[in-house]
Amino acid sequence: MKKLFFFFAAAVSVISVSAQTKISGTVKDNRNQPLAGANITIKDSYDGTTSDSLGNFSFTTTEKGDKILEVSLLSYKTFEKPVKLDGTAQRLDVLLKEKPNELTAVTVTAGAFEASDKKRTTILNSIDIVTTASANADITGALKTLPGTQQVGESEGLFVRGGSATESKIFIDGTQVNNFFYSSTPGIASRGRFNPFLFKGTVFSTGGYSALYGQALSSALILETIDLPDQTSANVGASFFFGGGGIQYLDKKKKYSWGANYNYTNLALAFKLIKQKQDYFKDPVFHEGDANFRIKTSATGMIKYYFYISSGKLGFRSNDIDTPALKSAFGLDNINMYHNLSWKEKIGKGWRMNVGVSYGTNTDKISNELQNDAGQKQTISSPGYLLFKNNNLRSRGKFLQSRLVLEKKLPGINALRFGVENSFSDEKADITLYDGTTFSDTVKQNTFAGFAETDIYITNYLAAKAGIRAEHSDVLNKNNIAPRLALAYKFTNQAQVSLAYGIFYQNPDRRYLPTPYTVDFSKAAHYVLQYQKMNSVYSFRTELFYKKYDRLYKTGTSFTGKEVIANADGNGDAKGFEVFWRDKKTIKNTDYWISYSYLDTKRDFLNYPSLLEPSFATKHTASVVVKKFVMKWKTGFNAAYNFATGRPYYNLQYNSSLNKYVVADQGKTINYNNLSFSLNYLPYLGNTKSNKFLVLVMSLSNVLGQNQVYTYNYSANGQRKEAVTPPSRRFFFIGVFISFGVDRTQDAINSNL
Amino acid sequence: MKKLTLFAVAFFTLTAVFSQSEKYQAKMKELVSQLDSFNSADAWTNLANTFERVGDAEKTQWLPYYYGAYSTLMGANMKTMGQQKPDVTDPAADKAEALLNKALALTKENSETFCIKKMVATMRMMGDPMNRYMQYGPAASEALEKAKEMNPDNPRVYILEGQDKFYTPEQFGGSKSEAKTLFEKAQQLFATFKPETEMHPAWGKTTVQYFLSQIK
Repeated sequence: MKKLFFFFAAAVSVISVSAQTKISGTVKDNRNQPLAGANITIKDSYDGTTSDSLGNFSFTTTEKGDKILEVSLLSYKTFEKPVKLDGTAQRLDVLLKEKPNELTAVTVTAGAFEASDKKRTTILNSIDIVTTASANADITGALKTLPGTQQVGESEGLFVRGGSATESKIFIDGTQVNNFFYSSTPGIASRGRFNPFLFKGTVFSTGGYSALYGQALSSALILETIDLPDQTSANVGASFFFGGGGIQYLDKKKKYSWGANYNYTNLALAFKLIKQKQDYFKDPVFHEGDANFRIKTSATGMIKYYFYISSGKLGFRSNDIDTPALKSAFGLDNINMYHNLSWKEKIGKGWRMNVGVSYGTNTDKISNELQNDAGQKQTISSPGYLLFKNNNLRSRGKFLQSRLVLEKKLPGINALRFGVENSFSDEKADITLYDGTTFSDTVKQNTFAGFAETDIYITNYLAAKAGIRAEHSDVLNKNNIAPRLALAYKFTNQAQVSLAYGIFYQNPDRRYLPTPYTVDFSKAAHYVLQYQKMNSVYSFRTELFYKKYDRLYKTGTSFTGKEVIANADGNGDAKGFEVFWRDKKTIKNTDYWISYSYLDTKRDFLNYPSLLEPSFATKHTASVVVKKFVMKWKTGFNAAYNFATGRPYYNLQYNSSLNKYVVADQGKTINYNNLSFSLNYLPYLGNTKSNKFLVLVMSLSNVLGQNQVYTYNYSANGQRKEAVTPPSRRFFFIGVFISFGVDRTQDAINSNL
Repeated sequence: MKKLTLFAVAFFTLTAVFSQSEKYQAKMKELVSQLDSFNSADAWTNLANTFERVGDAEKTQWLPYYYGAYSTLMGANMKTMGQQKPDVTDPAADKAEALLNKALALTKENSETFCIKKMVATMRMMGDPMNRYMQYGPAASEALEKAKEMNPDNPRVYILEGQDKFYTPEQFGGSKSEAKTLFEKAQQLFATFKPETEMHPAWGKTTVQYFLSQIK
């Protein structure tokens, strides 16, 4: 018993004299930057401390023997090390490795402007689009304030880095949209058909885009539609030229939603208020409807369907350039329909699937007539070409695209994506000449593509995206293989450099088909070098690019007088640099961005006799966009200034003795200047008791009334030229949009009972 | 001798168990007492880390994780002082949510955990209010509703509601006078509020005093 007691006493005394062990050191990342706030602990004990702003730490522990020291910090891999605690002080320099993390890792950004919910720093989202003064709530209108785009106002589309509008393709949920814009009218740019709020994510690539997309020589605009809406709501909108409304229903369990909208547009009153250069004999009237459903199939799976239908009619007269005493009358009757169905799902073991199908039809009935002042049809047979000014064109197209993409998550955040795609188009045109003779042509194209792409994170700071795309076009009966490669390196200070390279192919434009000649895909090679520094407050981006075009189409005149592809001997290049700066914070409640583009481009294509600076390109383009929200007035004030140096224009005349086109005359337009202003008033903003939300929008384009000349048109004999200018010097808009949150209404009713 | 050994073993085992819980309670009491004092951002981070260490060592207690989440959020608030700093608030919201999820693995959702959920949603919204209002605004008010539903006498519910009213500009539905009513209600509730144990959430008295002193 005595022995036992002795033993206990000894044991107790050992415990009481036991020394504490001091542990100190530093915590740094693998770039030797100190890490503050790391939690340092002896595993399974309370003992430990937190690293200070210099990464230093020091603590004492009463634990003994073999233990594990653990250092943890959010978004870093936890560090563990066995330690022997025996009272001797220990020093440890801990290096924490960053966990591969989609939010902090470098992203390959060369050539692209990206905006989505996932990325916490965004360049341009739907609210940005509707509050950009010069955009008039049009998606591509807002993109025209970003570097790389041209201020082309006489026709729609995105003219990117010396590329024509047909070289930019638009994709919704993976599949290409063929009639993104309303049908073309001569000399007036059409708007996009789709509401900016339909989309949650936008990637606007001005070069070097991913192998998942193709058939665009210059640019890809990749739009992703929203998932389930935030709440059930109804909305109405009205202006002096349109009115509409719709509802969006969200299931109580948030499993599915559906919605439908209808809009009516009639520009009769607008054109009375705002004098148009054109004389409208049929005021533009549009009926548009859309419907959607979205079903949440699992935690990450979603089926989305979107349907759009519209009919539009318009007709106007303008001075005929060849016969000054007469008018040329243009009439358009359009019906357009579009379906988009997509399904994304995680299918286990790190695999994801994306399936998409889109189907669209478009019918344009166009009438061209030479008319006198009284609006009567004139048939003039001398010179003979004036006879051809009376014609009717009926064109209809069907477009089907289907696509499957599989993605496999590899260890870390590496990934492999691959898939297949088929595009089918069937386009028929009937042209009826002055004498009733009708020519018809049908072009069916079937293009198959297979593609693969991989994201490789060498470290969290160095990443590569390598891809390859192969295509087969049966109308050309040719194949192509297009490699794409991009690299990005991120510095410690949120700055990164990216490099992108890629080969891009495109099928011939339907307008110049069918052709009796054998041709090949047009080809472009992109080289992009980017430096970017971005945080939540500001974005700075600059890019240097070079683009080489090969096998651009050259056109000739077919026996029916139609311009068709003759060969693919054209070529060209484009080089330049761009700067973008956006600052959301330095000036209180003010968000502004500045973009500048320098472009040096020449090309020989269509009927160009040699390498020329194309008529849609200019050397210098700049935009300044400012948005200021005044809280007190619940009003946002937005202004935008767009500037571009003059664009070249040419009179290309066919010289029959040389058997080619020659530049008979050329010039440069005056510089383009446009100051726009808009205002949004949100009277119910922040009023949580209100179940409705109202936005009053006012906008005015060309505030200063500056002369704007887009280009010049020449008469057939080349003796007259006429400036192509906006339809009116200024345009203004006033509209009101109201949405009613149905959920909140119910809350209000319940609380009042 | 055998008996003695048995007794000794039993004694030591008991002591061990007892002292473990004693140690836990003592540590928690020490830490919880720091919650209602004015702490610097670094002190909050340190407190959050300490709570997390206690939680990790204990393995079955939700309160350390709950307090870890709360301290993380408070630390971020001290760092931003109402400024929009998503590079501070976003990681803090991630961290707090991770700790809250650890707590929720050990306890059922209750009025207090919903209060943290509300604070996380608000913090996410503060990173970019213009763009995130639609997503996190409703999430925050939904969590607060739940917190109120589960315990209408929880003074912290009214503190959080009062803070929303206090900081929101009037044209956005904020109101200092409504905030005052809510803080007063919280103060009244504190008079009768009894936490389940000394370790259970009771923070907020000094917050209420601070805000009431700001509204005259």
